[in-house]
Amino acid sequence: MKPGFLQRLDLIARGSTPFVLTALLIVMSAIPTRIPEFAHIAPMLPLMAIYHWSIYRPDLLPAWAVFIAGLMQDALVGTPFGVNALVFLAVHMVVLSQQVFFTGKSFAVVWIGFAMVSAAAFVLTWALVSGFFGQSTGLMNMFFQYLVTLGTFPVLTWMLMLWQQRMLTTE
Amino acid sequence: MTDRIRAIHSGFVQPGRGVGNRLMYVTLVAASLGLLLLGKADPELMERVRSNISDVATPILDTLSRPISSTEKVISEINLLADIRSENEKLRGENDLLLQWQSAARKLEVENKQLKGLLNFAPDAEPGFITARVIADTGGAFVRSLIAGAGLRNGATKGQAVVTNEGLVGRVQGVGTRSVRILLITDLTSRIPVIVEASRTRAIMAGDNSDRPKLIHLPPGAVVSPGDRVVTSGHGGAFPPGIQVGIITAVDEKGIMVQPFVQRERIEFVRIVDYGLKGILDAPSAAEGAGVSK
Repeated sequence: MKPGFLQRLDLIARGSTPFVLTALLIVMSAIPTRIPEFAHIAPMLPLMAIYHWSIYRPDLLPAWAVFIAGLMQDALVGTPFGVNALVFLAVHMVVLSQQVFFTGKSFAVVWIGFAMVSAAAFVLTWALVSGFFGQSTGLMNMFFQYLVTLGTFPVLTWMLMLWQQRMLTTE
Repeated sequence: MTDRIRAIHSGFVQPGRGVGNRLMYVTLVAASLGLLLLGKADPELMERVRSNISDVATPILDTLSRPISSTEKVISEINLLADIRSENEKLRGENDLLLQWQSAARKLEVENKQLKGLLNFAPDAEPGFITARVIADTGGAFVRSLIAGAGLRNGATKGQAVVTNEGLVGRVQGVGTRSVRILLITDLTSRIPVIVEASRTRAIMAGDNSDRPKLIHLPPGAVVSPGDRVVTSGHGGAFPPGIQVGIITAVDEKGIMVQPFVQRERIEFVRIVDYGLKGILDAPSAAEGAGVSK
């Protein structure tokens, strides 16, 4: 009986890592780097994590977990509550609806997919925040943040992929 | 690759399908929209919730932000060693100049004291302050704010001015038990009553998420020019007068741009200053000390 219990515990622990890693990326994004101008264009790491897990292990990152991650992001970044929750949910929904398209595709396709999905996510965030405050939040920084996010995507995806292969492979 | 396919076909329930999942999405999207509306209707409540969440993250952020501080310290230490000679030369020159200023200041201080005595002047209360380390620079293109590791238990309250020795950083937007959220003067929603030091022109400095906030609401016929210093005016009673803010860099059809003295990435410690001012609602008379600069 005992090994069965431990095994299950192990599975649950491993299974929760997509959410834990996403939460960790949210907190990590908030650490001050003290690099000039970097704070305004720092890559949206949590967005990549949401995208990644929605494609490869949606079973381990359900909609409610995405919602919670969005709220965490809102709380730490200072965007009005609900903005990132909505944006993350939208990304999750779009990716899941294209599940068949993404299955077995090369990395380039996944990257291009991210370019489109994240562009939409940034525009949605801009629209929500600007709408909330009744004035535009500025497009230049957003554009650069988008480019930096796009450039960082392969690195983070590679790391998440490694984790996935080592820790989450279903035997 | 096979891993990927296996993951999807391994018998896990395909999400995104079925009535249950759709209902889940509808509920969560409705919840997000509800939160947005609630945030619009009751910003105070949402700020409190935010502070509580920040409080939970504070110990983690505090620990994680330390190595970066020390690495940065080592690098700046090396840089300092490299140009210590020229630095010394420069400081000697500055010291000579400052000594002259010191004697001038001493003379003025005495004179000021005498004049204040003649006028029966009531001095401002000495401000108290809390020094806190910046533990989160919550980046992104949409909001400009910082989180510092001091909170209610240290005596911080909402609305207090946040400064470094270079000048004004922003104000306290939300307070938790052990963390405060600081809204920077460059944020979209920041509005600070200021005065242009040379011409005593009053204005509002409005952030727009760029590095250069703008001066708006100047009185008609006001004359300002690049190079003028901008300080807080104390109007509205939120901030005391005379905290230095920045320098006007450009006056053109796009507006009057101010370059803040404080650079965001260089902020490591901040002082949260309690001047005993409660803002427009509670201290209408606080603004009237505007003629006194510190």
